[in-house]
Amino acid sequence: MSQNLPLRRMQKGQEGVVAKVNTRGELGRRIRDMGLVPGTTIRVIGRAPLKDPVEIKLRGYNLTLRNNEADHIMVTVKEVEE
Amino acid sequence: MEPEKYTIALAGNPNAGKTSLFNALTGARQHVGNYPGVTVERKEGVAFYQDIPIRVVDLPGTYSLTAYSMEELVARNFIVGQRPDVVIDVVDASNLERNLYLAVQLLELGVPVVIALNMMDVAEQRGTRIDVAKLARLLGVPVVPTVARTGQGIDELLEQAQKVAERQEPWRPLVISYGPDVDAGLEELTRLLEGGVPRQGLVDARWLALKCLEGDQEVMDLLADYPELRQKLEPVLKRVYAHINSTLDDDPEGVIADYRYGYITGIVRRAVETKREMRLNFSDKIDMVLTHRLLGPVFLLLVVYAIYQFVFSASEVPVGWLEGFFAWLSSTVEGLLPEGPVRSLLVSGVIDGVGGVLGFVPLIMFMFLAIAVLEDSGYMARMAYLMDRVLRIFGLHGNSVISLMVGGGISGGCAVPAIMAARTLKDPKARLATIMAVPFMNCGAKLPVYGVLIAAFFAGQHAAMLFGLTIISWVLALLAARLLRSTLLAGEQSPFVMELPPYRTPTLKGLAIHTWERTWRYIKKAGTLILGISIVMWALMSYPGLPEQEVARWQARLAAAGPAEAQQLQMDMAQARLAGTAAGRLGRALSVVTAPLGFDWRTNVALVGGFAAKEVIVSTLATAHSLGIDDPEDSQGLAERLAADPGWGPLKAFALMIFVMVYAPCFPTVVMTRKETGSWKWALFSVVYNTAIAYGLSLAVYQGGRALGLG
Repeated sequence: MSQNLPLRRMQKGQEGVVAKVNTRGELGRRIRDMGLVPGTTIRVIGRAPLKDPVEIKLRGYNLTLRNNEADHIMVTVKEVEE
Repeated sequence: MEPEKYTIALAGNPNAGKTSLFNALTGARQHVGNYPGVTVERKEGVAFYQDIPIRVVDLPGTYSLTAYSMEELVARNFIVGQRPDVVIDVVDASNLERNLYLAVQLLELGVPVVIALNMMDVAEQRGTRIDVAKLARLLGVPVVPTVARTGQGIDELLEQAQKVAERQEPWRPLVISYGPDVDAGLEELTRLLEGGVPRQGLVDARWLALKCLEGDQEVMDLLADYPELRQKLEPVLKRVYAHINSTLDDDPEGVIADYRYGYITGIVRRAVETKREMRLNFSDKIDMVLTHRLLGPVFLLLVVYAIYQFVFSASEVPVGWLEGFFAWLSSTVEGLLPEGPVRSLLVSGVIDGVGGVLGFVPLIMFMFLAIAVLEDSGYMARMAYLMDRVLRIFGLHGNSVISLMVGGGISGGCAVPAIMAARTLKDPKARLATIMAVPFMNCGAKLPVYGVLIAAFFAGQHAAMLFGLTIISWVLALLAARLLRSTLLAGEQSPFVMELPPYRTPTLKGLAIHTWERTWRYIKKAGTLILGISIVMWALMSYPGLPEQEVARWQARLAAAGPAEAQQLQMDMAQARLAGTAAGRLGRALSVVTAPLGFDWRTNVALVGGFAAKEVIVSTLATAHSLGIDDPEDSQGLAERLAADPGWGPLKAFALMIFVMVYAPCFPTVVMTRKETGSWKWALFSVVYNTAIAYGLSLAVYQGGRALGLG
């Protein structure tokens, strides 16, 4: 079974597939330019010392975004692991 | 030399190795400038293929080709407007999918493209096997594997580019499907646009239609000139927007991006044999330590500290040479010319002024070298990642940390390279706020002032005082930024979304080119204007001199005095002369304003002189107190004099230290602010803003302290 979570709530090491990007305008454009589109597999690599921003891996590279930006990205989280 | 036969434009994502490739293509035959009106770097050079010179233009590194960032707009306008014969798109083979996003947009535009599949070595190390021939067939353009750092594949790349350029084929835009909903609208819009006007034969109608659907600001502005056409387009656009909004809960723009990535994923699935992209690589393992919750910040502090140690110890010797050289030059000129205004102009105006700028060059050069290492290694992005949460509170960006540190974050930096370093900030408001915050930091030139005042009034507390002043400067810089961000620079923060590039060992060539480019820009831009300003400052502090009878009186006294008195008399004469100059009079006139701060005319003259460069403050203060100081480090005499002066006390000294920390940035900084913000408005604003804050704070310190009975 799998569930949809905003990227902000994902744990370090967790993997998932982007289900929806709920933002438009400049932020939506930046997120998509960087390849964070529905269907993309991502993995949370870690978080900065104050738990924000978050670092993720996707399409073979690493990307960082702020938690309030991660809020707009819904991810279907793979169960098991950890 | 014969004119270049073809023009190649170099496009690519940041961190894809575009700069290395540009260097490999052009060698030292390149020059750097800015695109008109924007602070986007424009690099151009000449490459040779079989002795045929080819013009190579390095477009700014971008992830996309929209109209929403200066870099992307500059790149797009160059391609559309200048129509290069071929665009070489540098694609990072180890990061193929995201890099192809820009490639696909270039293909949609239709410009002839050759793909440089760069960093093949890294891709192979990671276990990615790319079928190059298949990739070329699927994309429909030549693909040449390269390793730009070693120069591998460069010849073949040039050969392919040359072939494509020679064919001079018309642009052939790539047609892909963006899903049934968008496609239908796209066709309708294309038909409308084909009938009419605005492309002037430059771009394809379908591309314009696509941009309309993406809501591209520039294309919309272009269409505003064609009201009839626009009237026909509007209803179609509205309908497509509404339809996609209701069926897919999205904008056409988002749907188009998703389909583009879908197209790319399809190609990559067929042309790439093995992919292990989710596996943690070496870079990720380094990050586990360097961005660790506890170790990360500790390491960051160590790095910054190491940079300071390196920059200051490495530049000490060459700075000494340059100082020695200018001292020698001064004394030579003094020996060659008779005393008089010409000698004074040359020595105190020109040589001291130019020496002041050039003397800093080694320091600035090593600072830029350190920044280049941070950038090229990939650590710079981690610094931003670590610091963003804190700096965001003050309306700044993670990348602001570099500027604040270089500007004197742990005391002893320089605002000039710090302001130039703010170029790494993409958010224009955060960038301006950073530039405005930098002059609050304790640069190297403020330290001698603190040194004198601490020695005079806070003896034995040197370290504690300096630490305190460092903390105060950080607090003030951050609050000043916050104030601007909630008033003049108010507004939403731009997205942070940032790539963390893999760690790489910087190449010597890359470091050398980066460092030299920036150092040269400093010499060129700062040098010319500062020379003029230092002549003006020299005139202010020399004219009008003493009236002739006065001079005669001093000389009579000097002649009558014994050798012991003569020295003191000469210093008294210098003081009297300074008092009579324009700067001296200004100092007196300002006394009315500065009396509430406890500053007398002598302090005022020194502060006026400090406009030219803060180093001048100590020496001017000494002259105004009838002391001769040649070496600002040797200021024992001044400290003793001030300590003994009944008009001075710790409170006044502290008020002055705060004032010096905060008031108007020095002229080189103002000039650089002008260059980097593109207008005198912000440069003048920083003078007024800082001086007003300095006045307010010093007033509060001095009057508050007196009310509390502290002095």
